[in-house]
Amino acid sequence: MDREPILEIKGLRTSFFTDDGEVPAVDDVSLYVHEGEMLGIVGESGCGKSVTSLSIMGLIPSPPGKIVDGDILYQGNNIVNLPEKKMRAIRGNDIAMIFQEPMTSLNPLFSIGNQLIEAIRTHQNVSKKAAWDKSVEMLKLVGLPRAEELMDDYPHQLSGGMRQRVMIAMAMICEPSVLIADEPTTALDVTIQKQILQLMKELNQKLNTAIIMITHDLGVVAEVCDRVVVMYSGKIVETADIHTLYKDPKHPYTKGLLASIPDLRKKSEKLYSIPGNVPKPGSITEGCRFAPRCEMAFERCFQEDPALYPCSSDEHEVRCFLHAPEEVKP
Amino acid sequence: MGAYTIRRILLLIPVLFGVSVLVFSIIHLIPGNPAQVILGQRATADAILEVEKQLGLDQPLLLQYFTYMGDLFTGDLGTSLKTKTPISEEIWGYLAATMELTFVAMLIAIFVGVNAGIISAWFHNSWFDYIAMVIALIGVSIPIFWLGLMEQYIFSVKLGWLPSTGRTDPSTTIDTVTNFYLIDTLLQGDFKAFKEVVSHLILPGVALATIPMAIIARMTRASMLEVMKADYIRTARAKGLSSFWVVYKHSLRNAVIPVLTVIGLQTGLLLGGAILTETIFGWPGIGRYIYDAIEARDYPVIQSGILIIATIFVFINLIVDLLYAAVDPRIKYK
Repeated sequence: MDREPILEIKGLRTSFFTDDGEVPAVDDVSLYVHEGEMLGIVGESGCGKSVTSLSIMGLIPSPPGKIVDGDILYQGNNIVNLPEKKMRAIRGNDIAMIFQEPMTSLNPLFSIGNQLIEAIRTHQNVSKKAAWDKSVEMLKLVGLPRAEELMDDYPHQLSGGMRQRVMIAMAMICEPSVLIADEPTTALDVTIQKQILQLMKELNQKLNTAIIMITHDLGVVAEVCDRVVVMYSGKIVETADIHTLYKDPKHPYTKGLLASIPDLRKKSEKLYSIPGNVPKPGSITEGCRFAPRCEMAFERCFQEDPALYPCSSDEHEVRCFLHAPEEVKP
Repeated sequence: MGAYTIRRILLLIPVLFGVSVLVFSIIHLIPGNPAQVILGQRATADAILEVEKQLGLDQPLLLQYFTYMGDLFTGDLGTSLKTKTPISEEIWGYLAATMELTFVAMLIAIFVGVNAGIISAWFHNSWFDYIAMVIALIGVSIPIFWLGLMEQYIFSVKLGWLPSTGRTDPSTTIDTVTNFYLIDTLLQGDFKAFKEVVSHLILPGVALATIPMAIIARMTRASMLEVMKADYIRTARAKGLSSFWVVYKHSLRNAVIPVLTVIGLQTGLLLGGAILTETIFGWPGIGRYIYDAIEARDYPVIQSGILIIATIFVFINLIVDLLYAAVDPRIKYK
């Protein structure tokens, strides 16, 4: 693609410094998202998805966390190590974020209106009245009924789905160019999940906001995303557009993830699951990090870390020796 | 809010009833004949009868209680055996002195304690945090009488900056309207006297503030550390709010409830009269008043003093409860 991505991460490495030394939670991650695109980041818990998103926001708790290496380019400008004041102007205004837990992500002591208005007035010099009107408009846009009354309500008076809609309204209120959604539907009922995803897709199309959807659920990705990045233990293992990934997954881990989605059409006796657990960050130092759980692993996988190899189709890359080009193969 | 307030005020009735029964029974808990105890071993039988009659001890118990309550409702707290003046007339002056001192002490304790707690939490495990928490530990452990004496020694005797005892200089007279000297001097526009009153409040105020300040600082720090991990704090930061705003708006209000509890309790304790501080600084407060009454076996005064302190405690708790609801909208729905 020729156009410049709105957000691009290059070789990001974010580590946590503990008593046992440096533990890299995100290791050499590169990805990008274009304006109006929806990118999915998929992986199990502990694979570095959330750390990636917090790194973009500059919200890594420090100490112990730190971005050790790499660039995060927003509209071509590096925002890593930006002075706090400049970063604050970006947070919520250019890059916004919503979180997994709608129940606890809103401050329980302030009304919905207060929190929405605060979001606008932090970044825009507008009157209270204008901010109020804009807030009501946003609440309507995210499909909340009786928006005016809602402004005076407190979070505990709302259901989880409604709170997540409020969170989305709050994130979108300054019309950011990038929205990071960290497991936005995980804590919600299945029916509500679907509504929230549809809402995000709508906003993505209506407002042309780039959305990075972080999830462990490939079903969510299939529903809304254009492109997918699969992460495992702090590294990207496969990236492809959504159709390619589902039709032709290359990495054994991706295949495993896809196989573990229950299929109602087949009455298989037991649901597939990838053997073993995600390794503790920093515990594997040699070879492919997935090798200990991989059914296809051979000797080399335990000795050398594979690179991301391009595959046949456009923008499809995979970190696996099975798909390495001839010249890399031993 | 209205219904919650009314419910909470109605709850005072049984509590205050209990208080009145307890205070009433104090005099009957004296082993032997109260009149004898009050007058001492060598009292004549006539004198004992006289005191019994004066205290109404010759009446049936239930009647005594109703008389006592009836008097209370008409503002009659009885008569001091020692000074022979109605207690309701003399107690207010002592109470006002204690309230004024408590007000100053709690002002210092809250301002310093809350801010030290916040900064310690925000920069936790920093040198500021360590130093503040060590000072707080010393603050709760230090004997107040020693601190008071040291203050006097350094600031009055050695440096001569501040007066060591009393509410004013002995030569100064203040026309009392409210008995709060800070207010009275201002009402009269006498700024010289006002300054004098303030300078007399500083040393006892600081001595009295030490323990509450230390407790408030530690409680604020612990509570803030808890709150700062919350998801909504991350949300607030993700909105692009400044650290100052995140701390003083989003964190502090969530962290304040346990701190309010502590402030309420400490205020109650101080209003109960800090006998040690009041003695060292020659402060004519309620603690001294009751202490003197105990020494003189002036039972009506002891009763009234305890009644008033208990009632104040109950009302402070009411205020704290109402503040909870004002801070946290979830409370009134429970």
